[in-house]
Parts: sequence; C-alpha cells; structure tokens
Amino acid sequence: MQPRRQKRLFAILLVIGLLTGAVAAMLYALQQNIDLFYTPSQLVDGLGKDKIKPQVGQRLRIGGMVVAGSVKRDPESLKVSFDLVDTGPLVTVIYEGILPDLFREGQGIVAQGVLQDATTIKASEVLAKHDEEYMPPEVAEALKGIKHVPPSQQQPASGSY
Amino acid sequence: MFKWLHPYAKPETVYHLCGRLMPWLMGAALLLLLLGNIWGLAFTPPDYQQGDSYRIIHLHVPAAIMSMGTYSAMAIAAFIALVWQVKVAQWSVLAIAPIGAVYTAIALITGMAWGKPMWGTWWVWDARLTSELILLFLYLGVIALSGAFSDRQTGAKVASLLAVVGVINLPIIHFSVEWWNTLHQGASITKFAKPSIDPSMLWPLLISILAFKILMLALLCVRLRTAILVNEQHRPWVKAMAGD
Repeated sequence: MQPRRQKRLFAILLVIGLLTGAVAAMLYALQQNIDLFYTPSQLVDGLGKDKIKPQVGQRLRIGGMVVAGSVKRDPESLKVSFDLVDTGPLVTVIYEGILPDLFREGQGIVAQGVLQDATTIKASEVLAKHDEEYMPPEVAEALKGIKHVPPSQQQPASGSY
Repeated sequence: MFKWLHPYAKPETVYHLCGRLMPWLMGAALLLLLLGNIWGLAFTPPDYQQGDSYRIIHLHVPAAIMSMGTYSAMAIAAFIALVWQVKVAQWSVLAIAPIGAVYTAIALITGMAWGKPMWGTWWVWDARLTSELILLFLYLGVIALSGAFSDRQTGAKVASLLAVVGVINLPIIHFSVEWWNTLHQGASITKFAKPSIDPSMLWPLLISILAFKILMLALLCVRLRTAILVNEQHRPWVKAMAGD
C-alpha cells in the first residue's frame, strides 16, 4: 500500500475509533435516561447502582404487564384502574380516558403520568406495547390457547371485569 | 489480491456494466415488489392480536432493514473514496444517499401509521424511533454537505467523511430494543434464532425485503450512470457516445 493511502487509512480509522469511544461513553453515562420507562421493580426498588427512587409528584413513564383480574372500571365514567407487574412488586395505575385497542389483561403497556405515592401512578396517557410475535388466529389458539373473537361477534363489555 | 477489481475503478467500464445490469435489476425488483406486497397485504392471514393492522409490516420492515443496508453500502463506498480516492466510489456515495433517505422516510412514516392504531400514539421518543430519525438526518446531512461547498470535490470529501463516521449509528439502531426499555418491540427476524413470525407471513416479508434490496441496486445503477456522464462529460468516450 502506498504510504499516502496508508496514512489516510489510519487517520480515518483513528477518527472512527475515537468517535465510537466518545459515543459509547455518552450512551453509558446516559444509560438510565435513554430507557423509555421504569419497570415496576425499578420503581419500587430504585434504579441503577445508587438505587435512586423517583419522588412523589415526579412525572414518569411506567411499563409492565397488566395483571389478570386487576382491571377495575367505573361504570359511570371512563375511570379505570389496573395493576402492572414485571418480576416482583405490583404498581397501580389510575387513568381516565379511552384505552388503546390492544389493552387487555396480560398485555404489556406503557403509561405516562405523575407518581402519587410509592406505588400509585395517575396516568395521563396509556400506550399498548406488543411483542414481535405474529401469527394467524388459528395458530395462536393451538399454541397459546388464545381464542380469537372477531369484533363483530364480541360481547359488549359490561361494568367491571 | 484485488487486481480483478481494478477495471471497475474506470468510469467507462462501470457505466456500461450498470447499463447492462439495470434492466434485469429493475424487472426483478418490480416483479418481486408486486409479488411480495400483494401476497403480504392481501393474501396472508390476519394476526391473532393486531388483526389486519399488522399488514403494514410488509412495507415497514423491508424499508427499515434496507435503510440500514443502504447506509452500510454508502459508508463502504465513502471509505473506499476517502482512502483509495476512487472517483466512481465518490460518485456512488452521492448517488446512493437519496435512495437511503427515501427508504428511511418510508420506514418512519409507515411506522407512525402502524403506531397510531396499535400503540395509541404516532410518535414516542424511545431509543429505536429516535436512532432511526437520526439515520434520516445523517442521510440528509450527507446530501446537504455535498452541496454546501463551492468546490464539488471538497463537498464530496466532507460528505464521505460524515457517511463513514455515521456508521456508529447502525449498531445503536439494531441493538436499541435490547439495550434499553423501548415501546418498540424486538426483532422478529434474526440471523440465529427461529423467526417469531408465522411462516405464512414470513415468506412474503422475505420476498419484499429482497425486492427492496434489488430496487436499491437498480436505482443506484440509474443514478450512478447519470453521475458518471455529468462528471465525465468532457472525456472523449462520452463525446464519442453523444456523437460529436
């Protein structure tokens, strides 16, 4: 290789190497700020090495699975409350508004709101999270035992369930 | 070792090679695009959770995968252009950037259209969405930088440097859903694991991905030929072809 080309090659590799290092250091330092949401265990046990817990009144996002049987709806209004779980502790979310179509028990959701006490969040927005598995309804029924009901044949939801 | 590559550094050879390949690539791309998209959008079964809304995956995933694939191709061309100063590689960088920018825009727009009915929001600043938006800005930056200097050579060099440096973003996009909590789900197709998408939906998706890849090459051929003609317009071989 010509010395001139070799010099350029090393110069460019050096630039890439240094920038990769800089970006890696930045992402490492910002690790906890890049996460979109707290999980229930992070909220209760604290985050990272220093076990930093969010303060009451802080705006935050919480993400977890909706606990089966925990969804309580107010028959008079759009108020709803439900529990979220990941691996351990439960966190309660209260919300008033229309939930996304994918919201159901056992589904992952992300809620944004204000921390009211250690394990309660008053949410202003609830988003549904779905996983990367896609399959036809028959396969889902065979594999997971999820019975698919077309929207036209669904029973209207009544009261709390 | 790379002696066999040397003829391809000559613009005239590349011009004629692209001319010969282009009709085949374009034909194959259109055929596969129609096959993959019609199969995927109309003839696959609905998803057990998302119903028919998931079908936009057949546009979203190919565009997203190829937005990154196109970027790596552009970065490799930029690297060759910077180190070995091959003119054809230099022109390829500028020929490829708008194609990648359009793919990235398609991935972002279809992703937003998918996010609204399923997640409940058009946009959320999670790691995957933000890093893909940065990819769009990198493409636009390469295009803008190349035109920002009165001397075209300098502009092309600076744009190439940005293209090479921006490669850092690719692993960040890819691993963003594993490194951080995101609203975006993980990858359905990975090289090592069994795909977590049913075979009846996987095949049209793979065909669409291949179609986007070949379409990128076909468009690159078209744009590179134009770039070669513009840059070599005073050379004898171009003048001979134009008939003066």
